[in-house]
Amino acid sequence: MTTSTRAATAPAVLVLEDGRSFRGRAYGAVGETFGEAVFSTGMTGYQETLTDPSYHRQVVVMTAPHVGNTGVNDEDPESSRIWVAGYVVRDPARVPSNWRSRRSLDDELAAQGVVGISGIDTRALTRHLRERGAMRVGIFSGEALADEETLLARVRQAPEMTGADLAGEVATERPYVVPAVGEKRFTVAALDLGIKGMTPHRMAERGIEVHVLPATATAEEVYATAPDGVFLSNGPGDPATADLTVIREVLERRTPLFGICFGNQLLGRALGFGTYKLKYGHRGINQPVQDRATGKVEVTAHNHGFAVDAPLDRVSDTPYGRAEVSHVCLNDQVVEGLRLLDRPAFSVQYHPEAAAGPHDAAYLFDRFTQLMEAQRA
Amino acid sequence: MPKRTDIRSVLVIGSGPIVIGQAAEFDYSGTQACRVLKSEGLRVILVNSNPATIMTDPEIADATYVEPITPEYVAKIIAKERPDALLPTLGGQTALNTAISLHEDGTLAEYGVELIGANVEAINKGEDRELFKGVVEAVRAKIGHGESARSVICHSMEDVLAGVDTLGGYPVVVRPSFTMGGAGSGFAHDEEELRRIAGQGLTLSPTTEVLLEESILGWKEYELELMRDKHDNVVVVCSIENFDPMGVHTGDSITVAPAMTLTDREYQTLRDIGIAVIREVGVDTGGCNIQFAVNPEDGRVIVIEMNPRVSRSSALASKATGFPIAKIAARLAVGYTLDEIPNDITQKTPASFEPTLDYVVVKVPRFAFEKFPAADATLTTTMKSVGEAMAIGRNFTEALNKALRSLEKKGSQFDFTGEPGDKDELLALAGVPTDGRINTVMAAIRAGATPDEVFTATRIDPWFVDQLFLIHEHAEALAAADRLDPELLADAKRHGFSDAQIAAIRGLREDVVREVRHALGIRPVYKTVDTCAAEFAADTPYFYSSYDEESEVAPRTKPAVIILGSGPNRIGQGIEFDYSCVHASFALHDAGYETVMVNCNPETVSTDYDTSDRLYFEPLTLEDVLEIVHAETQAGPVAGVIVQLGGQTPLGLAQALKDNGVPVVGTSPEAIHLAEDRGAFGRVLAEAGLPAPKHGTATSFPGAKAIADEIGYPVLVRPSYVLGGRGMEIVYDETRLASYIAESTEISADRPVLVDRFLDDAIEIDVDALYDGHELYLGGVMEHIEEAGIHSGDSACALPPITLGGHDIKRLRTSTEAIAKGVGVQGLINIQFALAGDILYVLEANPRASRTVPFTSKATAVPLAKAAARISLGATVAELRAEGMLPATGDGGTLPLDAPISVKEAVLPWSRFRDVQGRGVDTILGPEMRSTGEVMGIDAVFGTAYAKSQAGAYGALPTKGRAFISVANRDKRALIFPARALIEHGFELLATSGTAEVLRRNGIPARVVRKQSEGVGPAGEPTIVTLIHEGEVDLIVNTPFGTGGRLDGYDIRTAAVARGIPCLTTVQALAAAVQGIDALTSGEIGVCSLQEHASRLTASRGE
Repeated sequence: MTTSTRAATAPAVLVLEDGRSFRGRAYGAVGETFGEAVFSTGMTGYQETLTDPSYHRQVVVMTAPHVGNTGVNDEDPESSRIWVAGYVVRDPARVPSNWRSRRSLDDELAAQGVVGISGIDTRALTRHLRERGAMRVGIFSGEALADEETLLARVRQAPEMTGADLAGEVATERPYVVPAVGEKRFTVAALDLGIKGMTPHRMAERGIEVHVLPATATAEEVYATAPDGVFLSNGPGDPATADLTVIREVLERRTPLFGICFGNQLLGRALGFGTYKLKYGHRGINQPVQDRATGKVEVTAHNHGFAVDAPLDRVSDTPYGRAEVSHVCLNDQVVEGLRLLDRPAFSVQYHPEAAAGPHDAAYLFDRFTQLMEAQRA
Repeated sequence: MPKRTDIRSVLVIGSGPIVIGQAAEFDYSGTQACRVLKSEGLRVILVNSNPATIMTDPEIADATYVEPITPEYVAKIIAKERPDALLPTLGGQTALNTAISLHEDGTLAEYGVELIGANVEAINKGEDRELFKGVVEAVRAKIGHGESARSVICHSMEDVLAGVDTLGGYPVVVRPSFTMGGAGSGFAHDEEELRRIAGQGLTLSPTTEVLLEESILGWKEYELELMRDKHDNVVVVCSIENFDPMGVHTGDSITVAPAMTLTDREYQTLRDIGIAVIREVGVDTGGCNIQFAVNPEDGRVIVIEMNPRVSRSSALASKATGFPIAKIAARLAVGYTLDEIPNDITQKTPASFEPTLDYVVVKVPRFAFEKFPAADATLTTTMKSVGEAMAIGRNFTEALNKALRSLEKKGSQFDFTGEPGDKDELLALAGVPTDGRINTVMAAIRAGATPDEVFTATRIDPWFVDQLFLIHEHAEALAAADRLDPELLADAKRHGFSDAQIAAIRGLREDVVREVRHALGIRPVYKTVDTCAAEFAADTPYFYSSYDEESEVAPRTKPAVIILGSGPNRIGQGIEFDYSCVHASFALHDAGYETVMVNCNPETVSTDYDTSDRLYFEPLTLEDVLEIVHAETQAGPVAGVIVQLGGQTPLGLAQALKDNGVPVVGTSPEAIHLAEDRGAFGRVLAEAGLPAPKHGTATSFPGAKAIADEIGYPVLVRPSYVLGGRGMEIVYDETRLASYIAESTEISADRPVLVDRFLDDAIEIDVDALYDGHELYLGGVMEHIEEAGIHSGDSACALPPITLGGHDIKRLRTSTEAIAKGVGVQGLINIQFALAGDILYVLEANPRASRTVPFTSKATAVPLAKAAARISLGATVAELRAEGMLPATGDGGTLPLDAPISVKEAVLPWSRFRDVQGRGVDTILGPEMRSTGEVMGIDAVFGTAYAKSQAGAYGALPTKGRAFISVANRDKRALIFPARALIEHGFELLATSGTAEVLRRNGIPARVVRKQSEGVGPAGEPTIVTLIHEGEVDLIVNTPFGTGGRLDGYDIRTAAVARGIPCLTTVQALAAAVQGIDALTSGEIGVCSLQEHASRLTASRGE
């Protein structure tokens, strides 16, 4: 066990676009970074969070004070790299402890060039973001440090999240196939808008062969896989910027469709609903979502800054028949799921693959296979 | 789905007296539940024999029965009240077992009472080890995770011995079925240990069943608290990780929330197993606790056990998260679902979520081994701690250091001064879990141990070990620095160092460090426990301190009163003091103040965020209290701080608070000193012309000897400024006096030893009174059943007094008033008197709420603590009489003749402790308090009330059978009448030769039995100890032969404890028991609620 000494960590400063700043110590890489400041309330699963492509261009504030306790292992990442633009923690672990741990989180962040800050009042920062909303932020350490006015000006020059088209930046460039575990029952074409590793895995467990396609895949490329169903993944950015041609085609052809997170927003837009930016989003693994058909509550993993604007109190008419809001978040009544009543399509705003997070919503993958089964019959 | 409409009345069963493993947490849970049910419009019927609880306050339930929690008495209550439903999951194992008995004997069916919150099948599946193993297997089949430790069920010693081979040899774990707090369980490393532990386990288990299990010693231990509603919605409220690895009962472990060393995958596996278990067991609605062991080498998960009810851990989880498990369990039991219940803290979001924490919670146990010097202090799977403290910080080190200082025990905080000792010896010592092991680990670190060495010796997770190294590095930095610079100081505070610790390291005075710190502007901020890591705004001001940047204390306009609580429960300072603090909070809130509670005990009602306007979950040290006072002074006007209700802990801070400019309301620190300081108090008595036993104070043996020689042996010796008779002893000769002084650690130049003449054969009397500076209100007069010399907390007592006349009461009143006036009391005072040879001696006075305040309040139906709080802030007795808080006329000294008699009986923890050889510890009573709790019996006459108190405390008095009697010579004369009465009741008497001779000479037949020391007789006649073990004896009377416990008595008394046979250790108790047996045999004993007693009393008072 080696321990880094206190004096070895360099000073760092975090500057928000509204001028508030926090002084702490460098964590991970030394340098500078910019992004949208968001907070995540999960107490476990930092490895999954860091590698979730939906966090691309975001600086993530961890509300849990101790981060890095279980180190970094080779099994839990959700993609091939860390996506967060910056990382904010209060008390980083000095010694990781877990039988699967291979290296420390500090080293991993540094190795991947992720600039972070530690030792700040993360609760004060979280309360600030809650009251003022998500906003741009910069983290500076080492040679990037300068007087606060200069730093603030640089934060204000960074691009905003609204209007950002990011799926193309995080998605795979080449198609690949995740084979079914055991007997193959279905083929699914999954559009990678920022997909997490656990998602195709959850489908493969159910006998689905998953063809993961680039975000730019055309309808022809989708149907070239002879899919029983089409899956729309999660991903970063503003759904208002996305191209909906493929989705419309899939709806038109009545191919079973399942979307999650960003995919839910795209389905919503394809149906003619609006999307909007939440004040500070839902990011955590403790969100109560109610399935409005059964009344049951599931505790779910969330990571979304945008949401669908659809009426809760009635069934809506859409170009593809009647649609209803199937799930809502009980904390704030935000739309968490959509369902077409006349065509085989549904989506949820949260993460049934749940990495990190509780497995309560895993049944949604079963619902998808049932749709495909029904379509076949 | 709204609440059920078919339930209109609910019977709630409490947990009875405070015992190890079942403490104040059930008052917290039960109080919450009763309040919720009442607010839902249900008629709430409550039974609990423990008067020191908030839940037995008459306003909490509609009908409050302070009656024994036995199937017999509860059946009487059911027959009288006819409740629609019975909620058994909030009163611990006692309530659950009672409910199961009432189900099995058909009472529930007969009266059509529905069990809610848990069904019998689920209770059995959760509690029965074999059934639970089946549950775990079914879960594994469904989700592929979770297993049980390999084990065998045994019903006899033969099964047990054979079982060890099946499991692959020693060590093995022994767990008796259906006992609470893991009573009777332990590790056996060889056959001798196995025979002892399993033998006792078979006896303790109501089903004569023990489980033998493979050893998972040293694995990581976790707990999850879950809740389920009738729609099968399940949430995990909290995860808890034990700092101490497997092998130590979770109640005795340092525990941490949330879990610190699990990845999400591993945590979700535990969550999946937990949810599958609660479903498989079939807990319909409510909370449950599930414990896991995780192999640190490969993550293998073993499900240890589950409790299908609210537990100590769920109380801790509620305090740790702000999610009130008991309150929500009660709502779920009457038909609501989680999504229909709002989250109290945010008001806007529902309870169907999982709290997320942005802080760390550490709980540390408090032990009382100093009270039981013979007991083995090794920690095992049997719980031995008597209380706990919890602390919250923004990181683990801050929370841990705060928790350790919350224990308020010498040596509980890390000490970085002096020589740590030998590294290897310290590591070997740390290998065995004991009270204070964490301090041994720190000493080993100071002595140069490496993290690997610490882990190898203790199996404490490397992350936690590193945190201890982190603390140590800060201590080193403090010690090495040239000066106390701001960054150094701020860093130390961020990791929880107290001013006192920093002072010790730097060789400064604590107040100097504080001054420097304040000058540098380094002060704590206060953060909110909000269930959601700040995602939503919180409505509830539930605070903890941290050395962080932003404070969340809101300004206020109303004047605040800060009430200092009593800290962790310990013997001598328990739930009774919490009761008074809670009452003060209620009364002062009603009187227009904003009440601010400070306490660090997670078991209590005072630390429920619902109790006061603001709650600070903080240690009760001078430093922590001063910072809170500062923060509240910044927030608005502060009317004062109340120190006289939380026992000795806050009382000890009074002078220092005043010296720091803090307004202490009520009895002044100077007045407190007058009562506490022996010399000063002697002058108060002399001025009032009141006699005290001859006494003196000394700081050395020669001084003490001179005093003892002058006043004559026996003498009562004790250190000054202690509670619960700590270190108090009756000394019969000079040799013992010398060794007492040599052994005592509490005696120093400024803490002298007090030497008093010991009054033999005196009647001891306790008085609780209110004084406002002009008028006295005599709250109650309690006559002890045991003679003076037995600590008042361990003695049974009766109120109103049963043998004192009007003249005695008059003398007591005059003396009490003279002392209250002389000392300068403004609020409550408790005085102990001894009546010997018609002289009324004053033994001591305590200018604070006493242990008996809740008992007196309930027995006389007058809220004394509420009145005391009001008087502290300037109200007069006359005003409170006019308001109706106190009776318009009369007081506790003028109770009407038809007032009910209340008997308080102490409950002692003997059965919990073993010495290192595994034998029981002796059960004799003495001047040092050792009881953990108390019960109250209330009825029209003394005999019945006494019988109820015994049934509530130890199990019913026998009405027939064999009584064994063996008494000291001085008790023989007093024995004759009660012994004759036993014969008249048809008892057969057994006696040792000396006692039998006396009895026979007085015409009382008694069979001589052999003493243990005489061994088995020539014709194979068994000794008395063998007879007791064989269940041949129903009642034991054995008074000790002086101190030191002669071996025969010791064997008899420990055998009685092991077999659970009533054992009376004073002749006075026998006399009372005879009256109780009279009452039991002379007819049906009824039950009566406190509300009924009160309305009768009020009616009589009005005449």
